[in-house]
Amino acid sequence: MTATVAAKPPRNLHTRSLLAPSVAALLLWMIVPLVMTLWFSAERYNLLSPGKTVFAGWGNYRDLLTHRALWVAMGNTLILVGLVLAITLVFGTLFSLLLDQDFPGHQVCRLLVIAPFFVMPTVSALIWKNMLMNPVFGLLAWITRSLGFGAIEFFSRMPLLSIVVIVGWEWTPFAVLILLPALQSLNPEQVEAARLDGAGPIALFRHIQLPHLLRPMAVVAMIEMIFLLSLFAEIYVTTNGGPGLASTNLAYLIFRDALLGFDVGRASAGGVIAIVLANIVGLFLMRLVGRNLEDLR
Amino acid sequence: MRSTRRTRWGLAIAGWAVALGMFFPILWMFICSFKTEITAVATPPAVFFHPTLENYYAVLERADYLAFARNSIAVSLGSTLLALALAIPAAYSMAFFPTRRTRDILLWMLSTKMLPAVGVLVPIYLLWRDLGLLDTVFGLILIDSLSVLPIVVWMLFSYFREVPAVILEASRMDGATQTEELMHVLLPLCTPGISATALLSIILCWNEAFWSLNLATVKAATLTAFTASFANPEALFWAKLSAASTLAIAPILIFGWISQRQMVRGLSFGAVK
Repeated sequence: MTATVAAKPPRNLHTRSLLAPSVAALLLWMIVPLVMTLWFSAERYNLLSPGKTVFAGWGNYRDLLTHRALWVAMGNTLILVGLVLAITLVFGTLFSLLLDQDFPGHQVCRLLVIAPFFVMPTVSALIWKNMLMNPVFGLLAWITRSLGFGAIEFFSRMPLLSIVVIVGWEWTPFAVLILLPALQSLNPEQVEAARLDGAGPIALFRHIQLPHLLRPMAVVAMIEMIFLLSLFAEIYVTTNGGPGLASTNLAYLIFRDALLGFDVGRASAGGVIAIVLANIVGLFLMRLVGRNLEDLR
Repeated sequence: MRSTRRTRWGLAIAGWAVALGMFFPILWMFICSFKTEITAVATPPAVFFHPTLENYYAVLERADYLAFARNSIAVSLGSTLLALALAIPAAYSMAFFPTRRTRDILLWMLSTKMLPAVGVLVPIYLLWRDLGLLDTVFGLILIDSLSVLPIVVWMLFSYFREVPAVILEASRMDGATQTEELMHVLLPLCTPGISATALLSIILCWNEAFWSLNLATVKAATLTAFTASFANPEALFWAKLSAASTLAIAPILIFGWISQRQMVRGLSFGAVK
């Protein structure tokens, strides 16, 4: 592990210039829009009335924070992220345990299970919206109707939950993609030893497999969080954030304010709030991932 | 693994049920793409029908479909190349010549991904408008490459770390310059890792939706935008949507299947060895 640390650069001068382009690009990418967002968020700035930009101080934040929409969107964002994370981690672990077993065709099964992760989000959302969840022609409607329950209007009755189902379906494969190899990297001798000591499958999972999976789980949670906090396409093609605000998350709210309402000031204030939220959640996950780099210290 | 014949059968049934259940929506869409528009919306759903290729012809005949596909290809390949060009030197320097700050730099890079895209949508939109990058392929390439860059650096870093430094030192003894060392020793050694990274980056850019739906809606619109245009409730062209979607996801699905094992090691940030 430490074998690489002691190496001396071939000619010292280059290491910094090798790193510089990436660092500079990311720095620009981070700082410039961030400063602009902060700046706009303190202005009354609407694209429909250009030239009338005035300083608003905390005005936009006050507007947003006293308005119901922000709180609903924030709640929806947390529900979405929380539920999808729970679903993907639980099912991801279960599926990985199952696919780790040796049965005929388990390699093919693995490929089939991870497939949804590679499908573009607009397509996934449309498959579910049209072919499965459509209350008139959808497959699920046909099934529930044949069973005598009548069709369920997924997107008007339970819009947020329907989106959770779609997104959970998209991201469970990602959890399997990471957790299954992690499970397989477990030392087989350790498993065999536990089994000889009389550990049943549940004890084996609790005391050996689960502890081994915690770190990969943290990685899964972190990556999913990054993508789920900005979840957009699925909402855009299915419910448009509705009915009302029922399935509007922060991302969709900001999109609505900015590109549909042309209210740059308010959208920026929303953006700042989204950034703060993301950083609160992200901070502790970053720490967990940082531990994987301990050997660099 | 000692298991009786019965549990083995039970596992096989459970495993296949899960696999087919997860894959079913994709399979159903694939089947729909060979139906006519009328059989596609039939209730009860048509399982036996006369397959037709007319949807594929219809989709491919639309000139704009090819334009969308071309944009998708240009954006995902362009962003991946740009990201690799920036990331390879950086990952090389951090993996082989780490300093006290290397760990912080890596974590900082990752933390830029914590900046949610929506948080900076407004300034990027306005900047891109003023720079004339709105609705251009180049504008999307720029955005996508920056947003995959941290992940690409991390993945390459984890692959490079697995190369014993001794090999590079040996080439250095033979008088190789840094560029030669990187190009002729390290890159060939890491071809599997680099191609897995490139494939993941292509997949992420191909499927990227937020920026392409917001910044490129007409000329530079990608397949994501094209498929999203079927969201219109009046346009119930399921069979055509299915054919278009199948064409849009097939290459990426195959890439993903091929590279999944390689991808995981780099993607797990050192959590899976």
